[in-house]
Amino acid sequence: MRRDAGGMRWIYIGVSVSTVALIASAIWTLLTLRAVAQPGGGVTPLAISVTGHQWWWEATYPGAEPDGTFRTASEIHIPTNVPVRLELRADDVIHSFWVPKLAGKTDVIPGRVNSMWIEARTPGVYRGQCMEYCGVEHALMAFRVVAEPPAQFAAWRRRQLAGASTGASIAPGYRVFARRCSACHAIRGTESGGIYGPDLTNLSGRATLASGTLPNTPANLARWIAHPQAVKPGARMPDIDLPPGEMQPLVAYLETR
Amino acid sequence: MATIARNRLPDQEREKLRATWETAPGVYGWFATVDHKQIGIRYLVTSIVFLLIGGVEALVMRVQLAQPGMKLLAPEQYDQLFSLHGVTMIFLYALPVLSGFSNYLWPLMLGSRDMAFPRVNALSYWLYLLSGVFLYVGVPLGQAPNGGWFNYVPYTSREYDPGINIDIYALGLIFLGISTAVGSANFVVTLLRTRAPGMSINRMPILVWGTVTASAANLLAVPSVSLACLMLWLDRSFGAHFFEVSGHGQPLLWQHLFWAFGHPWVYALVLPAMGIVSDALPVFCRRPLVGYTAVALATVTTMVIGFGVWVHHMFATGLPAMAISFFSAASIIIAIPSAIAVFSWLATIWTGQPVFRTPFLFFAGFVILFVIGGVSGFMTASAALDWQLTDTYFVVAHLHYVLLGINLFPVVGGIYYWFPKMTGRMMGERLGRWSFWTMFIGFNIAFFPMHVVGLEGMPRRVYTYPADLGLGGWNLLISVGAFLFAAGILLFLVNLVLSLSRGAPAGPNPWDAPTLEWATSSPPPPHNFDIIPIVASRHPLWEDRLEEVEERSQLDRGYLLDVGRETIGTTPMDAEPNVILRMPGDSLLPLGLALCVTLLFLGLLAHAWVIAGLGLAGALGVLVAWLAPAPPVEAQKARIYA
Ligand code: HEC
Ligand code: HEM
Ligand SMILES: [Cu+2]
Repeated sequence: MRRDAGGMRWIYIGVSVSTVALIASAIWTLLTLRAVAQPGGGVTPLAISVTGHQWWWEATYPGAEPDGTFRTASEIHIPTNVPVRLELRADDVIHSFWVPKLAGKTDVIPGRVNSMWIEARTPGVYRGQCMEYCGVEHALMAFRVVAEPPAQFAAWRRRQLAGASTGASIAPGYRVFARRCSACHAIRGTESGGIYGPDLTNLSGRATLASGTLPNTPANLARWIAHPQAVKPGARMPDIDLPPGEMQPLVAYLETR
Repeated sequence: MATIARNRLPDQEREKLRATWETAPGVYGWFATVDHKQIGIRYLVTSIVFLLIGGVEALVMRVQLAQPGMKLLAPEQYDQLFSLHGVTMIFLYALPVLSGFSNYLWPLMLGSRDMAFPRVNALSYWLYLLSGVFLYVGVPLGQAPNGGWFNYVPYTSREYDPGINIDIYALGLIFLGISTAVGSANFVVTLLRTRAPGMSINRMPILVWGTVTASAANLLAVPSVSLACLMLWLDRSFGAHFFEVSGHGQPLLWQHLFWAFGHPWVYALVLPAMGIVSDALPVFCRRPLVGYTAVALATVTTMVIGFGVWVHHMFATGLPAMAISFFSAASIIIAIPSAIAVFSWLATIWTGQPVFRTPFLFFAGFVILFVIGGVSGFMTASAALDWQLTDTYFVVAHLHYVLLGINLFPVVGGIYYWFPKMTGRMMGERLGRWSFWTMFIGFNIAFFPMHVVGLEGMPRRVYTYPADLGLGGWNLLISVGAFLFAAGILLFLVNLVLSLSRGAPAGPNPWDAPTLEWATSSPPPPHNFDIIPIVASRHPLWEDRLEEVEERSQLDRGYLLDVGRETIGTTPMDAEPNVILRMPGDSLLPLGLALCVTLLFLGLLAHAWVIAGLGLAGALGVLVAWLAPAPPVEAQKARIYA
């Protein structure tokens, strides 16, 4: 039978080579960590507050004037070529914020404010998703980051703020909304100011409904309002039994939002 | 040829030993046995049953995920399934199956008549079985654990998860933790005290190194998770606010406590399995393991570093950059001891003369899977990459490569290898090859593409995914692979059952292996060895062939110890005999204690304090009976049989 010797060379050579490779990649990791810790110039002109809810995302844009702050849901607009700081908060349980093409994940943890920064070089829509298991609808908790050239972004921002003044509170659809939905949903410029669910001020400007679950079309909107529990079982919006005459004006009203 | 021990003991002496050590017949014996071989086999059978249950859960998940938007499972059902699957595989299969091997093999490998504490051994088995059943009590109620195997708060607080799902998890893990702790203590003491004379620590099989390292780690790690679970249960039952933000609790505290346990634990799931390969692979290469000392030390080193890497499960939690950097570097460096082991196996194969029998296939397959799982592990260890990879299917791929590759493949290979010892019969070789190739190919079809869907951004723990991500094709392939893999497991089980009655007779040492367990008959007699051997080298049965070995172990001369249940106690390092240990016989106390503990936990689960109190009182009563001093016996002199 062969002697014990003769194989040790494998260990010496193999382990030395792997050790060198491992140490090199440890150094690469440390350098990369340092490089991504701060954006290029170290400044982030824009800061957005992002809150994870079971099972949707909310973004709050701060404004200088008292009335300049507004909220959107499931769609975060950013200007291109500007580092944007995100302050991440959780409303209920732990979520994790991830836009694969823009940055790594950062967990969103109750009782803590985590922050990260993103920067989009090219305009476009970047898909994002919750990555920490957060309950039954963790699977349907996507969002979109829309990166636009700064001028377009500024226009978008003005439109969001303008929502405040164009509320046609007398529309028949609005009366349905106020009665049935305003406990949870807000529309700027009206009396409806619920904060439990997404702000619906500029709903028609969003591409999807219920965190990326449905494309935002009038038919889907009606489907969602009639049976959210069929579309996204467990979602925090209850099925609401609308009398036949109410759905149509309600959808029509929300479509103008 | 090997000096296969031919114990020259007169028949009536042997019968006397057998009668002394044999478990009582019938139902009583079944419940009262403390024979490590029976307990080991029970551990193996029970854990494989749990493997099958967890496997069926996985297959159901894979049907649901085969295409986007499938409606087979409701979201809540999916959540319970993946949680049960994780809990079952990690806690009820992967560690217990290794305890099964170690329980069965240790005294045989170490040349002893039993473990140091045979009744504790039985206790740890009963606690394991009953806590496993306990973790499943929610299933018929539709209230199984649903927080995943790492069960992050605050999702698992009462506010967000009001059912008993999480109470079952929290209490179940504390319950199982008792089993793990007493089992581990038993391994550690067995190692220190009951090796055969001459089996100094540099002559122990690597499986022994792996198990003792894992056991020592478990003793340090399990309290962390038991504490976390207790705190969670107090939060849920009495509003204790350890983790609840509204009461100034800290959700991240759970993660630290859990992973401070969890990471050492995953090493405990692989080190003994790596030991199986380090011991058995060389037999099929017809040479000793290359670099025994390096591999033994690498085993211990891995575990030591393993206590300092838990934060790599928390890279995305927003911890300070300094901490992330430290733990990232440590997690990369921990791969060095693994590299030692890998190159040792490769060198053993390369410089040996491989015999391509079924166990060899499993061990060689293991090396390949180990390398793939190691590389993906090293990628997630780099925090910069992990921020992209964590919580995607890439991690699901990684954890299955390591858990199935490093645990399940060695386990199945180990069963092919030791089945002849346990039953006296060989397992079928043809079916064996078929089972290996089906498993190996199915495994890679099922799990390799998970890396791809992970890199494409598919999150783990989702019950469905949108069609427009274009992942349907990959997921279908994954599901097909999963069923192929399951078919491979089925072939293995068919082979196992057929071989029980039809396998060719094995004889004491069918593989011509070098270690002590092969020196006794197959299956071994209740007392393991007629004469306790005296060990002089690492390969007692190969001494005549290994050129550099001068020493000769004595297998047919040594301590007889035929007066009552006795085995020899030796010193911790050099294994010099210094005491005769009296061993207990059959006893119902372990089962009684385990049943009382079950009652205690059921009471706590139901908040039925009277029942819990009864369980606790019963448990204390049994403990008193257990610890009551046995009537003194006359000191015996060891009889040396020469
Ligand atoms: C009990 C609170 C509640 C009530 C009442 C309620 N909703 Fe909702 N709604 C929610 C929540 C929570 C969501 C987020 C669901 C998700 O994505 O998981 C939501 C989401 C929506 C969305 C999708 C928004 C988006 O950006 O994706 C629309 C549209 C909507 N609700 C309309 C309505 C209408 C119309 C009514 C009244 C008929 C209504 N809701 C009543 C809580 C409520
Ligand atoms: C037939 C074999 C198996 C298949 C098809 C399979 C499949 C899966 C799938 C699809 C998931 C992901 C669930 C999700 O994230 O949504 C998963 C998770 C997991 N599996 Fe397996 N698995 C198998 C065997 C095993 C084995 C043998 C082990 C351990 C030894 C194991 C341990 C785990 C763990 C720990 C998780 C994570 C659970 C969690 O996220 O809490 N699996 N498995
Ligand atoms: Cu989430």
